[in-house]
Amino acid sequence: MADQIYFEDVEEGSALPTVRKDPTTQQLVKYAGASGDYYQIHYDKDFAKSNNLPDVILHGALKNAFLGQLMTDFVGMYGSLKKLSVQYRAMDVPGTPVFANGVIKKKYVEDGENIVECEIRLETHEGKVTTPGYAIASLPTRE
Amino acid sequence: MSDSESVITQEMRNAIGVESDPVVSEVERGAIIKFAQAIGDESPIYNDEEAARETRYGGIVAPPTFLRSMRVGPNKVTVQSPYPANLDGGSEWEYFEPIRPGDLITVTQYLADVHERQGRLGNMLIMVRETKYINQFGNVAALQRSTGISYQPK
Repeated sequence: MADQIYFEDVEEGSALPTVRKDPTTQQLVKYAGASGDYYQIHYDKDFAKSNNLPDVILHGALKNAFLGQLMTDFVGMYGSLKKLSVQYRAMDVPGTPVFANGVIKKKYVEDGENIVECEIRLETHEGKVTTPGYAIASLPTRE
Repeated sequence: MSDSESVITQEMRNAIGVESDPVVSEVERGAIIKFAQAIGDESPIYNDEEAARETRYGGIVAPPTFLRSMRVGPNKVTVQSPYPANLDGGSEWEYFEPIRPGDLITVTQYLADVHERQGRLGNMLIMVRETKYINQFGNVAALQRSTGISYQPK
């Protein structure tokens, strides 16, 4: 696991460590079971196509989870995620990697907490952003 | 019905703000681990009770989107889209307290907004829902605002 990051270690413009995911149709089935979302567009190709979708697609909530992991991996044991906001602008299909990336946009102290506001996104290996979003977290300080 | 006609009914508008019946669900350790494995997050705080005990959390906690798996109760006003196909549009979460195995989470949800938009899928009916997750201490553990899109496949 990565070392704990501290408020002093980052600045506006710092990039978050990338989290790479390689979703498979099996993962979509596992996620359906774990989350209780059995909507067929995620594992039944014929059904997905009859819904005008290109293939089975990733659950939006799974993409949300990937971006959640981007943030929780980044803040580490001693940081806390306060807000996580994502929009599913384009679909992602299994069988191709997706990359969760982010950058710190703002850094400030508020009510005794060391806050970072991050722009986050899930993108394909071609750099197409399918899921933009933002997150707000508090980080520990060495002081 | 042509794409240019609105499908928003007064019934839908009347449903705005009406809360679903509260449902209490217990957070289970096995469900958390299964969820973490499904999303591929190997962090010990979601997977390994012994390792998680060594951390400030004192034990396994749920990953940030885990609460999505909690059941929402029936609503005395049920809003049905005329369109059969659905897509998730997005989610906004606010977190206040960790979610731990054994927590009893009361879930309530209400329709916050309904509107339409034209897009490449044709007329899209957009419903925004607010979900509240309250733990056994009576504290709001998390809030979620989620957008659902429904449309008519061609």
